[in-house]
Amino acid sequence: MAFISSGYNPDKPMEGRISDIGPRHFGEFLPPVIAKNFGKWDYHEILEPGVLCHTALSGDKAYTVRCGSARLMTVTHVREICDIADKYAGGHLRFTTRNNIEFIVEDKQAALDLKAFLNNQKFPGGSMKFPVGGTGAGVTNIVHTQGWIHCHTPATDASGTVKATMDVVFDDFQNMKLPAPVRISMACCLNMCGAVHCSDIAILGIHRKPPLIDHEYLDNLCEIPLAVASCPTGAVRPSKVELNGKTYKTVAIKEERCMFCGNCYTMCPSLPLSDGEGDGIAIMVGGKISNRVTKPAFSKVVVPYIPNEPPRWPTMTKVIKKILDTYAADANKYERLGDWANRIGWERFFEKCELEFTAHLIDDFRDPAYYTWRQTTQFKW
Amino acid sequence: MAKHKTPLLDQLESGPWPSFVSDIKQEAAARAKNEKGVQYQVAVDCPDDLLGVLEMSFTDGETHWKHGGIVGVFGYGGGVIGRYCDQPQMFPGVAHFHTVRVAQPNGKWYSTEFLRSLMDIWDLRGSGLTNLHGATGDIVLLGTSTPQLEEIFWELTHNLNVDLGGSGSNLRTPASCMGMSRCQYACYDAQELCYNLTQEYQDELHRPAFPYKFKFKFDGCPNGCVAAIARSDLGFLGTFKDPIKINQEAVAAYVGGEIAPNAGAHAGRDWGKFDIQKEVVDLCPSKCISYEGGKLIMDHKECVRCMHCINTMPQALRIGDDRGVSIFCGAKAPILDGPQMGSLLVPFVEVNKDDDYQAIKDIVEAVWDWWMEEGKNRERIGETMKRLGFAALAEAAGVPIDARQVQEPRHNPYIFWKAEDVEGGWERDLAEFRKRHQR
Ligand code: HEM
Ligand code: HEM
Ligand code: SF4
Ligand code: SF4
Ligand code: SF4
Ligand code: SF4
Repeated sequence: MAFISSGYNPDKPMEGRISDIGPRHFGEFLPPVIAKNFGKWDYHEILEPGVLCHTALSGDKAYTVRCGSARLMTVTHVREICDIADKYAGGHLRFTTRNNIEFIVEDKQAALDLKAFLNNQKFPGGSMKFPVGGTGAGVTNIVHTQGWIHCHTPATDASGTVKATMDVVFDDFQNMKLPAPVRISMACCLNMCGAVHCSDIAILGIHRKPPLIDHEYLDNLCEIPLAVASCPTGAVRPSKVELNGKTYKTVAIKEERCMFCGNCYTMCPSLPLSDGEGDGIAIMVGGKISNRVTKPAFSKVVVPYIPNEPPRWPTMTKVIKKILDTYAADANKYERLGDWANRIGWERFFEKCELEFTAHLIDDFRDPAYYTWRQTTQFKW
Repeated sequence: MAKHKTPLLDQLESGPWPSFVSDIKQEAAARAKNEKGVQYQVAVDCPDDLLGVLEMSFTDGETHWKHGGIVGVFGYGGGVIGRYCDQPQMFPGVAHFHTVRVAQPNGKWYSTEFLRSLMDIWDLRGSGLTNLHGATGDIVLLGTSTPQLEEIFWELTHNLNVDLGGSGSNLRTPASCMGMSRCQYACYDAQELCYNLTQEYQDELHRPAFPYKFKFKFDGCPNGCVAAIARSDLGFLGTFKDPIKINQEAVAAYVGGEIAPNAGAHAGRDWGKFDIQKEVVDLCPSKCISYEGGKLIMDHKECVRCMHCINTMPQALRIGDDRGVSIFCGAKAPILDGPQMGSLLVPFVEVNKDDDYQAIKDIVEAVWDWWMEEGKNRERIGETMKRLGFAALAEAAGVPIDARQVQEPRHNPYIFWKAEDVEGGWERDLAEFRKRHQR
């Protein structure tokens, strides 16, 4: 494999260099009907699950067919998506914030035909390639992080847990029968690149063992003061150890102070936390982002730990399904999952979802913890 | 023939949801065949080896990626994330597997021409694997080797007219909702503002100068489709000041059942006939709507613009005309100090393209100056704000103080009065004091 140069000359890195040009302007990519009616939309309707119709003040209509995706996609797969867009949608497409794919057509029948076509595409292994859905009062695609596919700090996998979950809640992706939208999000460590802290249901990878200390290498690989400063609970302090008659500058960790955040590992590769037995998943629920009716809200931890059970994480998906089904059966129309839990009371939530309430669910992290304890006699038996 | 046995991953090929395993296998097969005769610049079998590493993680429940080293393109402090496998002998194809972030067009609209050219680059110079899209919004190209980085950057900038996104302690790639391109709720052109600020702050995006990462997100309205209020250090949410516009005939059509409520979002289940009292009037959080004698009446001064009534009857109700943006500061996920929601810093500011959004840029820059001065290393602005107080931030940003910035006034009277707040200041004469009070 011979090296192919693009024109870049390593001896003169500045020659012909273009930098700081930013993204392409979105205006270049809008389908004609979207460009024409930009900022002049009148209303929208969801004609069928996964099929939207936007009507402009001009009377123009844009039909959108939305389908799910695995987010992690290959060049071959993206080209296939492009083929579909070329054939059906004038060479345009968009991705939603939640990694769905949208094709815009200008005619209702074309939209329904496209929906049927997309629903028919399958991988040889049996799964669908482009399942249509993700609209209205249902579950839409899961936003997620990298997991074991590509990150150095995960406590669980992302693509695998998401695939397992979407398979289990698939019916709610394709039908709109929930009381309100349910946003599920996934982050494989507390860093939360996926920011799952405001989701109706959140899958969160967590560690439970304090960092291992690689004394012999630590001082070579890390700045000790940075590692010390990185710990939010002050569990890390400088130290010295004797190993095989040699003294190493290193750190010591007050283990009972560790909350397993992994921040020290981010600063110092000689402090890994990952552990097959220690790692697993916490489930959080009841967050939201929209300002609709009630205020945006944080997700709350309702299951502190579920072990990693690849490839399909059955305990985790069972818990998620139970929460979703209980909510679907019990909540009022328009009521988000967290609003339902607030209305019936969290003690009822645990009862109805058959979840155990344990000491791990009582917040003990700094000031905000205090605001989560009860200061009233208004509780339920 | 697959290079590695993947019995656990194979189980993720069944079930309805698109299987990333099947997709990676198809890429592995395509690269092995190489029908187009691509002169692959990184290991041909990297998709195979990626499946191999992942299977190993599925078996022992631990990641096999090492801490990223420092790699990137000349002159940039971000945009590339270094990644190395911790079992390089077993999986040489992914021994070096760096991620490249590419700035996405706002609203994530694409032409197939652009996407195809991008895929051609990634076929030739990368693993053939991507994330569409990363959590901050960028196009994520997964897996290449160090010698390819400058080449990729060259081709992106010269042939595709597109730049790298952000990573590290700098401005991360800003993201917006689809806004006016296809949403009637957009109170301002979220995509254009996002684009403009992204261009204005290219230096901040590519050259880390901040204490820690900084995110901008732009939601066209309070529905919050890109989660600006929860996921950005400065979040921009469209809003309006004047009355919601009511079309009483369309209201009657909703009541009469001719139009499905909530744009048909609840069609999957029989919720009974639309009940405007129960579904709109009673759910209004500020109780400012009534429905009397077939008319919807709104006390618009009391409306908190939660969007519920508009979402429920999109053909009858429309956002007001006096539109602008609210700016929220300090949202972040839990690391380090617990999760934070954005706090309302500026209740309303005009979004004025004609003066290049100067009013907004003034606020952004003042906030940055303060944070760069006061913030500690790896401290998100939300934490700085908690440590030094909201009023200090507001003062630094030059924003007037307003009851809208709080949910309720303070609980404790330990007020940090300043000398200038008090008549006569703090300088006092002890001799004078002692004339009135014996020792
Ligand atoms: C015409 C297009 C759209 C309309 C009219 C619309 C409308 C809405 C409405 C009414 C809500 C509030 C839901 C509630 O709290 O009950 C909402 C929230 C949201 N929408 Fe959209 N939306 C549109 C497009 C999208 C798209 C394309 C996406 C991305 C796939 C999206 C992502 C979201 C997210 C993430 C939220 C926040 C949910 C939360 O509170 O956690 N929206 N949108
Ligand atoms: C020289 C006379 C007094 C001194 C130096 C004094 C000093 C104090 C001090 C230091 C406290 C504790 C504050 C704290 O740590 O929370 C206190 C509390 C209190 N004192 Fe006095 N005190 C005096 C006389 C009185 C008298 C005469 C009364 C009532 C008849 C009184 C009623 C109280 C009450 C009710 C509290 C508790 C306040 C609370 O925690 O709600 N004190 N006093
Ligand atoms: S959430 Fe944690 S483990 Fe997952 S991609 Fe982000 S930093 Fe990596
Ligand atoms: S994991 Fe977090 S709490 Fe534990 S020692 Fe490291 S930085 Fe401190
Ligand atoms: S945030 Fe508002 S304007 Fe933007 S897409 Fe969502 S509903 Fe539309
Ligand atoms: S937008 Fe919300 S607060 Fe305003 S009238 Fe409608 S339901 Fe009430």
